[in-house]
Amino acid sequence: MLVLEDIVKRFGTHLALDGVSMEVPQGKVFGLLGPNGAGKTTLIRIITRITGPDSGKVLFNGTAMTDADASRLGYLPEERGLYKKMKVGEQALYLARLKGMEKTEATRKLKEWFARWEMDGWWNKKVEELSKGMAQKVQFITTVLHGPKLLILDEPFSGFDPVNAELVRQEILRLRDEGVTVMLSTHNMGSVEELCDHIALIDHSKVMLSGSVREVRQRFSEATYRVDYKGNKVAFADALSFHGELLDHNEAEGLSIARVKLLHNSTVNQVLSAILPAVQVQGVHEEVPRMHDIFIRAVGAKETRPAAAEMTE
Amino acid sequence: MGKIGLIIWREFITRVRKPSFLIMTVLGPLLIVGGIALVVYLGMQESGAQNIVVIDKAGLLTNKLKETDDIKFYYEPADMSDSVFKASPYSAMVEVNPLVLENNTIQLFYKALPSLSTQNYLSSEIEKVIEKEKLRVNQVDPEVYQRIKTALKVQLFDIDKAGKRSYDQAKAGIGFAFGYLIFIFIFLYGVQVMRGVMEEKQNRVVEVLISSVKPFQLMMGKIIGIALVGLTQFLLWILLTSVLTTVGMSFAKDQISASALEQAGPQVSTQLQGQLGQGLETGEDGDANEQLSMVMDIWNDMPIAAILGLFLFYFLGGYLLYSSMFAAVGAAVDSETDTQQFMLPITLPMMLSIFIAQTAVYNPDGPAVFWCSIIPFTSPVVMMIRIAMGNAFEHPWELALSMGLLIATFIFTTWLAGRIYRTGILMYGKKVTWKEMGKWLFYRG
Repeated sequence: MLVLEDIVKRFGTHLALDGVSMEVPQGKVFGLLGPNGAGKTTLIRIITRITGPDSGKVLFNGTAMTDADASRLGYLPEERGLYKKMKVGEQALYLARLKGMEKTEATRKLKEWFARWEMDGWWNKKVEELSKGMAQKVQFITTVLHGPKLLILDEPFSGFDPVNAELVRQEILRLRDEGVTVMLSTHNMGSVEELCDHIALIDHSKVMLSGSVREVRQRFSEATYRVDYKGNKVAFADALSFHGELLDHNEAEGLSIARVKLLHNSTVNQVLSAILPAVQVQGVHEEVPRMHDIFIRAVGAKETRPAAAEMTE
Repeated sequence: MGKIGLIIWREFITRVRKPSFLIMTVLGPLLIVGGIALVVYLGMQESGAQNIVVIDKAGLLTNKLKETDDIKFYYEPADMSDSVFKASPYSAMVEVNPLVLENNTIQLFYKALPSLSTQNYLSSEIEKVIEKEKLRVNQVDPEVYQRIKTALKVQLFDIDKAGKRSYDQAKAGIGFAFGYLIFIFIFLYGVQVMRGVMEEKQNRVVEVLISSVKPFQLMMGKIIGIALVGLTQFLLWILLTSVLTTVGMSFAKDQISASALEQAGPQVSTQLQGQLGQGLETGEDGDANEQLSMVMDIWNDMPIAAILGLFLFYFLGGYLLYSSMFAAVGAAVDSETDTQQFMLPITLPMMLSIFIAQTAVYNPDGPAVFWCSIIPFTSPVVMMIRIAMGNAFEHPWELALSMGLLIATFIFTTWLAGRIYRTGILMYGKKVTWKEMGKWLFYRG
């Protein structure tokens, strides 16, 4: 769907993007991650042809992206706003027509969306009368109204309360199921886990990490398992011996919870067969790293503390 | 409608729909006409009845001054002390010294300064009486005096325009008015362009728009849309003003002719009135005729269509030249307070053009005027004066050069501004310097 090949962009002496390549597969939600100032916005602006790369290629459906392609994208910028003095309906119509929609069709579709998102009665309100969340809803609608095949959403959840954030999340999944490719740039790692099929992580103007979410998690997985059991802790530790290392251990209401790291390429089965005679096993779960941890580990916890702080928002 | 058409339409309709546009449309002509009317009214208006006491020790004037409804004369043969005058019901006191026949001087004391028309009336009345007295003293026959007296009129002719009287000063005035209109228009609407760009940048609409349209389209759409707002406003002003002045003029005309009739009494012979008269009431008809024929002469002499066409050209050319720069400034800064440093280089040539235009009225052939009428940053204002005076038509290559340069320059500044604009609108929180802006010019698009 969208392929970036070796994109380089320089602002004066500052190298904003240094040979960035990635592939966004059709009909998936693709997470573009990275700390502030990593070059995400610059990359998005290159894809949307707001600015051009110094070198490198942007391929859209196999051919070089044109202005016409770019103007058909749906782009929700991180820094976004509306004309405060304009009426909601008029403004949405204006934005839709700038995207090339016919007036009657745009009006019809807008009315549909307004009805679906329970926004009847907003049409003749001025934007300045809306709350921030309401304005964000209008903005999301105007981004997707013209039915773009590629949707680029930069922090789409900011400014939404949990109810409306869920509304938007469902909408993104619905669009994906209809075959729309979504590029999602966010600091909200929770939503990355819920929504994204693939990710790319940019830091210091380079792609540090990319692939499907499952694959990335596997890569960062450290073969750590949570074992819930009933029985003697010493017997459990002894039984583990060669196959695994006990990382930590908790006991609550007669149930012991142990975190175990497998050693010497042992399998879960081997561990189980070793401990089964010693204790009563209640459950075994692989501990897959959370995107949050992956982000911090990939970027390096020390220098990205501000970014990490923002992620918890 | 293309995208740029949509942008133009939005810029136009949102501004025209604003209550302030309607208010300005109505208020503008009212202010213009009202201002003129106020000046005329104040000039004509008497501050109530004037009872003027004339201290006439030599008996030169007694009972010889003609009174009007508002101006009454009383005569005293002896001096009146200041305190007595202050306590008296008289509003003003004229002291006529017997030496007046030699030194032509009288003194006017007043409690409240009489209006200019009262002063003029007073001096012309006294002048007439004294002149008669002098004729009598010098034993000159008034008939003879009439033949001798000379009111010299200088008629100006430009040798290149055989047989036609020249009204260069009046034409220069008309040219200045056109130039001034251009100046006002550029400033008023150029600043609106800047504000509009800044608004879009501040509330981040531009981020949304920029994915649908090119920055250059956005900038040009705004510039053209606002130009249309300005033209619409001007058109409405011209319409309303002409309606108002027509109504106002016919009303004023009735007033003036009535008062002129009243003032022209039967005592003074109309001939004498015409010859001696420099006062307000005398020669009213003569002046009016003179002025009318002058207006007709100027009208016939000036190629009106060409002037209006060129006015429109310089009007739009100047606006396009400056508004693109205003747009670039709006795009470069984060808030209105930061605009100052970038505004100066824009406003300076504008101010200069108005100063040069003022000198051009008196000296249209000077070198400063020549250069400023060629240089595109000042030519829209300065060239209008040369056009109105006909001077520009005598040097067609200069006019062509000026027009060509203006077109070339506004294309260049628009291109330049476009490059600053597209980088500036997406740049926040950065204190922009000239150097920084210079770098933006060379970023790849």
